[in-house]
Amino acid sequence: MSTFWIAVIGSSALAFAIKFVGASVPETFLSNPRILRINTFIPVALLTALVAVNTVADKSKLVLDNRALGMSAAIVLLIAKAPFPVVVLGAAMTSALAYRYL
Amino acid sequence: MSVKRDSFSVSITVGAYGSAFGAAAVAADFSVLQACLLSLLLFSGASQFAVVGVIAAGGTPLNAIATSTLLGTRNGLYGLRLAPILKLRGWKRVIAAQITIDESIGVALAQKDDAQMRKGFWYTGFGVFIFWNLFTLAGALGAQAIGDPSAWGLDAAVPAAFLGLLWPRLSDRKSWVLAGFAILLALILTPNVPAGIPIISCTALAVIIGWRK
Repeated sequence: MSTFWIAVIGSSALAFAIKFVGASVPETFLSNPRILRINTFIPVALLTALVAVNTVADKSKLVLDNRALGMSAAIVLLIAKAPFPVVVLGAAMTSALAYRYL
Repeated sequence: MSVKRDSFSVSITVGAYGSAFGAAAVAADFSVLQACLLSLLLFSGASQFAVVGVIAAGGTPLNAIATSTLLGTRNGLYGLRLAPILKLRGWKRVIAAQITIDESIGVALAQKDDAQMRKGFWYTGFGVFIFWNLFTLAGALGAQAIGDPSAWGLDAAVPAAFLGLLWPRLSDRKSWVLAGFAILLALILTPNVPAGIPIISCTALAVIIGWRK
């Protein structure tokens, strides 16, 4: 089985398992405040790492290229409170222009 | 009436964003079918983008699964929160579990009483599910048609998508500190360890920051 299929099937199965367990176990379970705090921070840590790696990593090298310019546009748009799709489109257009002309 | 309106507007806006996912998946060499299956079966935006992002960065499938699953743990906690209100039995529990995501919980928790909360959950869950899947297909087919992903900026659309998901979570000082350290750790590790590991390693930072109040 290819890399892609393993990733698709494995992640989907576990995602559903988590959702189903959450809908099935008693509420008192897992209500430890420390676990809840850590749980709210996990997405922050992982999403930040994903932003960083997908912006400047090229395999195991760090490079500043058209993607970094696209991300600068995304940051400006987020600060200007632009809606979600505008942020992604703005980043894509800036990056595409940089890729074409730089 | 307003529950329906809220649910619909959230469904269409968030659903449209599925086109970015479909395009990103195909740009990372997933097939159109695989992109659509992720939206149908995994159905949790951040986790789906994580699968694509980790594989695109050269990570192993196991790494992609682990990162995506850690991002999905919050869906389990949403279920804990809402299950007593939804009063789920049998097959309804299976369906409710699948549509337990940020948006269905968000709209539900914004309602005043239990009946409205149930409506908000089901309308938004189904609405996002339908639009998200339709737009994933559209985005995947679109990306397949255009060729070189860099020429269309799709390589920047992936991190921009992550940033868009991250932004509303940066609501306090601790989150900003955590984000700063996560950037440092991920970038220091990138040249030194196999791809995918730098991302999942940042889970340790979340544990450290969340340990004390």
